[in-house]
Amino acid sequence: MAKDEQTASSQNDPVTRGGKRRTVPLTMARGPFEYTPGNQENNVQLTSVADMLQWAQNWARSRSVWPLGYGLACCAIEMMAAAQSHYDLSRFGSEVFRSSPRQADLMIVAGTVSVKMGPRLRLLWEQMPEPKWVLSMGQCANSGGEFYDSYYTVQGVDTIVPVDVYVPGCPPRPEQLIEGLLKLREKILKKGLKIQGESEMDR
Amino acid sequence: MATGAGENLHSDYASEAEGVKSQEMLLNMGPQHPSTHGVLRLVLTLEGETIVDCTPVIGYLHRGMEKIFENRTLMQGIRYTDNSDYLSPMLCEIAYVGAAEQLMGLEVPRRAQYIRLLVGEMQRIASHLVAVGTYLVDLGAFTPILWTFRDREGILSLFEALSGSRFTFNYQRVGGVLHDFPRGWLKECEAYLEKLEQNLQELDTLINGNEIFLARTQGVGFIDKDQAIAYGLTGPMARASGVSWDLRVHRPYMAYREVPVRIQVRQEGDCFARNMVRMQEITESIRLCREAIANMPPGAIAARVPIALRPQRGETYFAIENSRGEYGFYMISDGSEFPWRAKMRAPSFCNLQILPDLLRGHKMSDAVAIIGSTDIVLGCVDR
Repeated sequence: MAKDEQTASSQNDPVTRGGKRRTVPLTMARGPFEYTPGNQENNVQLTSVADMLQWAQNWARSRSVWPLGYGLACCAIEMMAAAQSHYDLSRFGSEVFRSSPRQADLMIVAGTVSVKMGPRLRLLWEQMPEPKWVLSMGQCANSGGEFYDSYYTVQGVDTIVPVDVYVPGCPPRPEQLIEGLLKLREKILKKGLKIQGESEMDR
Repeated sequence: MATGAGENLHSDYASEAEGVKSQEMLLNMGPQHPSTHGVLRLVLTLEGETIVDCTPVIGYLHRGMEKIFENRTLMQGIRYTDNSDYLSPMLCEIAYVGAAEQLMGLEVPRRAQYIRLLVGEMQRIASHLVAVGTYLVDLGAFTPILWTFRDREGILSLFEALSGSRFTFNYQRVGGVLHDFPRGWLKECEAYLEKLEQNLQELDTLINGNEIFLARTQGVGFIDKDQAIAYGLTGPMARASGVSWDLRVHRPYMAYREVPVRIQVRQEGDCFARNMVRMQEITESIRLCREAIANMPPGAIAARVPIALRPQRGETYFAIENSRGEYGFYMISDGSEFPWRAKMRAPSFCNLQILPDLLRGHKMSDAVAIIGSTDIVLGCVDR
């Protein structure tokens, strides 16, 4: 059915009516409905025993990413909603919100970071043991968002801590947060390994 | 409570240690703490396990919102109120547009007023559900939050169908609302309320008969009536102390002039009463929602307003009953599209100031129970 639609639209499309249009295969998932966890992770190339060990370590790390229970603003409510029964974050091994940074792997920066909060956020990040990751949730944490001209907000949390995954939205839906977590999982799994069809520069 | 032997033991110990004071300890609670409901920081002075003094430190979520209002048109400012009290954004929007309408002398169509009442009461239910759920998590019970968030999802999906967003709606407009209901929305809403009522009874039997919950909340964090009035408490905090004050009843605005509200007051004044008032208000809000659906008038959903909203010079104060208390806007206009000043009267901020008085003399473990019962939202406190 999708094919029929495609041909129908290409006939009507003034650009492709000539029939000379290069189609680029869309490899990225267009949304959570197309995203099957694990599919993107299969193309890791393992060529040596060291690689296999690395893969095993990465696999173990990626399957239970424990976030730090650190809510800042509105996004924290969506983070809470993602952890509850309706969205059930525990399907992806991340439901254990640790209150202590010493036990956490992932910092979800959920909300606006003010100038007063910035140093505390940095301190919390420094207290987390390696390996650690940061997920920036919502536009305020990504880039300042709607408080772009405020005198008291940090314009993007990546000015304070290194960010691995950005989740857009104001606030992002819980599905978006889960999608971000799956992306992070993929990133963790591929760390230090050769990827099919990716050059050294891409890593 | 204590047996005779225990009392004797205690008094012996006290007489032995008379005149000897243990060293006071300073304990920082927050800003990253699971039960400070956001980024509140409390500097607690402890003597042993008793709290001697407490200083709340706020400002970790200060976003300069009141300054931002001055640089946004009235229309653009509506969106920012969502972020102030992020557990009841719809009610914040109503306060903001209400102030603007009062300034412009606009009369809102009757249907829009009823829509505002309906979505406002549903927002109150959602907010109180979160308050009850997170309060029980603070006290160590994990099941209720799963139940209340499940019920809250129903409201959020209804709001999403209505406004397109889960909880930063941008739905209210000066002079009315943005959209009318989608087809079948009111029917779904009724079905949801039906289900919620059943779930609420279940929740009631789970929480309010629980002995551990009663032991941790009854008689803890007592506020008497005079104290509540002196501190300017509003909302469930005041009504749990016997202060019969609800803006929906005593200064009715919009559709509340036609739909009477049964005020929920309790006399105990402790943490348990505050939680109970919230649960009773959910039931009352369900009744109000049903009444609004039944009497939903036909007609326009918004008054005709010019594209550029330029209120005449002047100032006004408009307050509504938020889920936390009196949430008002003091707005000054200089005749331009931008409000010259828009000051928020945030209920969380005013309710927070009783915290040092409330915590003094309590044990450390009760602090969590008391903070949870005040139900503050730090976005509302810090603005």
